Amino acid sequence: MRRVACGDKEAFTALYDAVVDTVFGIVLKIVRDRAQSEEVAQEVMIDLWRRATRYDPGKGSVHAWATMLAHRRAVDRVRSAEAAAHRDHDHAVRDRQRPYDDVAERVESRLQSQQVRRCMKQLTDIQRQAVTLAYYQGLTYREVAQTLGTPLPTVKTRMRDGLIRLRDCMGVTA
Amino acid sequence: MRVREGFHRELRKEPHEGLHSLTGAYALDALPPDEHGAVDAHLARCAPCRDEVAGFSATADRLAAAVRTPAPRGMRESVLHGIDSVRQIPPHVPATARPVTSIFSRIRRSGSLLVAASLVAGAALAGVAAWQYRQSTESQRQARQAARQLEDLTSVMSAPDARTVRGRTTNGASTAVVASRQLGRAVFVGTGLPRPAPGRTYQLWYDDQGTMHPAGLLEHDGAVAIEGDIGNATALGLTVEPDGGSSRPTTTPLMLLALPG
Ligand SMILES: [Zn+2]
Repeated sequence: MRRVACGDKEAFTALYDAVVDTVFGIVLKIVRDRAQSEEVAQEVMIDLWRRATRYDPGKGSVHAWATMLAHRRAVDRVRSAEAAAHRDHDHAVRDRQRPYDDVAERVESRLQSQQVRRCMKQLTDIQRQAVTLAYYQGLTYREVAQTLGTPLPTVKTRMRDGLIRLRDCMGVTA
Repeated sequence: MRVREGFHRELRKEPHEGLHSLTGAYALDALPPDEHGAVDAHLARCAPCRDEVAGFSATADRLAAAVRTPAPRGMRESVLHGIDSVRQIPPHVPATARPVTSIFSRIRRSGSLLVAASLVAGAALAGVAAWQYRQSTESQRQARQAARQLEDLTSVMSAPDARTVRGRTTNGASTAVVASRQLGRAVFVGTGLPRPAPGRTYQLWYDDQGTMHPAGLLEHDGAVAIEGDIGNATALGLTVEPDGGSSRPTTTPLMLLALPG
């Protein structure tokens, strides 16, 4: 990463190959539309190049940093599209507001990683739903609370408790 | 881990308990911008929360990796090609030390440009500009860039056909655009722009019959030579975007100002 920060294009190419499928995967999960996802993923990769000098190893791995930038940008994209669509009665928004079971079960069934699937099963229903709706659907905690019919403070603590359990189950050390 | 949990119980007695419980929602990007910013500020002072967020980010990274999908093939080439024209952010230079406002102090001291001077007077930049001017001299590259910016600004402002339009943003700033159709260039002046939330930036857009073309970023009040040619643009837009800007607007414009014809 130091080499990327010094403008080394070869080092950036290696970084690109290491993170791009995860970046594209999480953006696609949230944005859903393939063409738009490509656009967002592309912006993320270029942003990684631009901001390489600001990468702080103390805050986690380069991979996790790339994922975080990708998730944030994808969420920004759907939230602004949603704001626009509230005026246009866009189809995509209604799509996002389908009841939980439908959406979340499809997401969970597609999870590729055995470990993630196994650890997800160890969460309580509400922890799993809160984490899944927020991370894979890009919903805000208010939207999660509405979708699940759960009070706001409960949703916040369930998100935190859920992540603690996932972290410990996966043996993540940051 | 034990130690961390103990420390956490101690901290719970303090008033920031509310922020404390938001680490999960923060790591999942589930917070509205104001609360996200509040947690950011909290993390700067609270090591246990910072550790927790680092662990959550690594966990979220696994969640993302679980849905990884082969990226479109053409993307690789266009990104690798694209970065050729993208300059990397200089390390450890505060965003406010951009040379943009330093131009003000130079214009002001030269005292020769009435248009610029009157705009500057409204922009209330005083001491900050002088400080930023000193900051910018630290780097020759920045100084050269400032000189180029100054040239751009003065040439637009002193163009025979230069015309000024004024407007207001929905978040309360007053704005002016000086445009020269002959030169195909314009200058934007913002006064009273609130600081964008952490991780956000202001971005300018040329509106060409409904198509928005990126026209440069700005972090704060000041005058900037707008990037790119006016072309057939009929209006100038301003939005808030994620750091680094976007290829098209992702938020509702704060301003859409009709350009002089
Ligand atoms: Zn804390």
